[in-house]
Amino acid sequence: MSYLMIFIAAIFVNNIVLSQFLGICPFLGVSKKISTALGMGFAVMFVMTLSSIATYIIYHGLLLPNDLVFMTTVVFILVIAALVQMVEIIMKKVAPPLYQALGIFLPLITTNCAVLGIAILSIQKELNLLQSVCYNLANATGFTLAIVIFAGIRERLAQTRLPKAVQGTPIALITAGLLSMAFMGFAGIGN
Amino acid sequence: MTKQKKMPSTLANMVIVLVIVAGLSALVLGFVHQITLKPIKEAKNAKELEAITDVIYTEFDNNPFEEKTIITTPDNRYKLRLYPARKDGKITSVAIKTFSNKAFGGKMELIVGFFLDGTISGYKVIQHSETPGLGSKVNDRKFHDQFQGINPGKNIFKVKQDGGEIDAVTAATISSRAVIDAIQRAFNAYSKFNTGN
Amino acid sequence: MDKTSFNNLTRGIIRENPTFVMLLGMCPTLGVTTSAVNGLGMGIATLFVLILSNIAISAVKSLIPDMVRIPCYIVIIASFVTVVDLLMAAYLPALHARLGIFIPLIVVNCIILGRAEAFASKNNIIQSIYDAVGMGIGFTLSLTLLGTVREMLGSGSFFGWSFVGEEADTLLLFIMPPGAFLALAGLIMLFNKFIKGEK
Repeated sequence: MSYLMIFIAAIFVNNIVLSQFLGICPFLGVSKKISTALGMGFAVMFVMTLSSIATYIIYHGLLLPNDLVFMTTVVFILVIAALVQMVEIIMKKVAPPLYQALGIFLPLITTNCAVLGIAILSIQKELNLLQSVCYNLANATGFTLAIVIFAGIRERLAQTRLPKAVQGTPIALITAGLLSMAFMGFAGIGN
Repeated sequence: MTKQKKMPSTLANMVIVLVIVAGLSALVLGFVHQITLKPIKEAKNAKELEAITDVIYTEFDNNPFEEKTIITTPDNRYKLRLYPARKDGKITSVAIKTFSNKAFGGKMELIVGFFLDGTISGYKVIQHSETPGLGSKVNDRKFHDQFQGINPGKNIFKVKQDGGEIDAVTAATISSRAVIDAIQRAFNAYSKFNTGN
Repeated sequence: MDKTSFNNLTRGIIRENPTFVMLLGMCPTLGVTTSAVNGLGMGIATLFVLILSNIAISAVKSLIPDMVRIPCYIVIIASFVTVVDLLMAAYLPALHARLGIFIPLIVVNCIILGRAEAFASKNNIIQSIYDAVGMGIGFTLSLTLLGTVREMLGSGSFFGWSFVGEEADTLLLFIMPPGAFLALAGLIMLFNKFIKGEK
């Protein structure tokens, strides 16, 4: 699989949110404003790239040789939780402005199923380390793209008068549905 | 509700509790893993044997699953399993377990049956991570039946989008291509096995 | 059964329904509900994990220091999820194959950690079981309902029984990703209109 293809496929064709349904909670939860959506997107990118390296090393260095594959879920989620915590502490010390911007999103990422989901998928797809990093970064980029576009639409929607039963979640879901349909137009590229 | 005292968050307490929780978890999982190891394997084998019976259309009286041999693809990169079906000791057709890495959700494994001249008798996808309800439709009769009677060596063995004869599953062209890719791999290995042995 | 218990048991079914009201666990909700059986299977798997994790967390809550609370809960939940994963692979291989990646992802289903943190860590075991059963049933019902709607529109069948015939063209959109969003939007709208009584 060429690296460019990994990116195009993960960002557009199989968009992590709009066609694989991973990371829906933050997608619906923190998408009321473009600025917060962007913050969340970057935080996810950061954590996912790091977690791809960590989970790859642990899976191939520790779990596979010792026949402990059945522990994958437990170990991965712990690694991700620890990683998020560590990033938070280091960022606070080393890059306070960055922490100001992304800090509040970090704790939310532990329970973002995108991170765990993509970590497990990269193992299932039998990618090597570099491919796995690319795959994670590409999916995180896809997540950011989707959430930012979605937030842009929701900012406009907030000023629209709607029937009460449609306000809030239903209209957000309809928007997401239309967005997902638009992304289906990319299907077929590359394969 | 009675007021309960919480364990104070000292470093020692935290480390001990975490280690105990993790240890217990490993213990329980190790135990469950042990007891489910056999059933999981049996379920997989049963599925494979059932698939073999499904894809072979000639009569046979042996247990193909027990007579498996390993064959390799022409470039020697992949090993596939071949299950011969015999009637009175003579091979009547074969089933081959093959795979494709080009599926939508990664790897797809399937068992394909060939008559002795390489014509497809049927196939069954036994493992995939395709989108439920879409890519997973590759086992549907409508799609499957197009393959019967096709010989990958003689026909243009591709989906219509690529200039071939197979109608892809609606909205699952990639999964459809993966099926073809897997069968083609099995066919190549089988041809090599037949000529060079 | 006293009033609090009854309250805890029924709260998750309509009033605080995890899917339609709280919007928790959206990934499996949208991801696996291409058929009613998938929705039901996912719902029951989640119900099972929810009950076990609520029991375990409620039982050990006073032994866990506050600062490592979340990691401990996560390990406990992940262990139960793996148990369910292995058992399903052994005894329900077909369903296990269809739910795929969403089984390990029960770990990060916000419903489970959410109930652990908001309820089980503050209440006794019996009440925690009531809470888990209520929430789990609410989740299962919603998923089954969504799965039924999508299956009927998208595949023209009801729990696998086809009512339009194999060759008929169905609204395929509804078993594709956009249909998941649209069907859920529709159900939430109806829920808001008729159950919560908004106009």
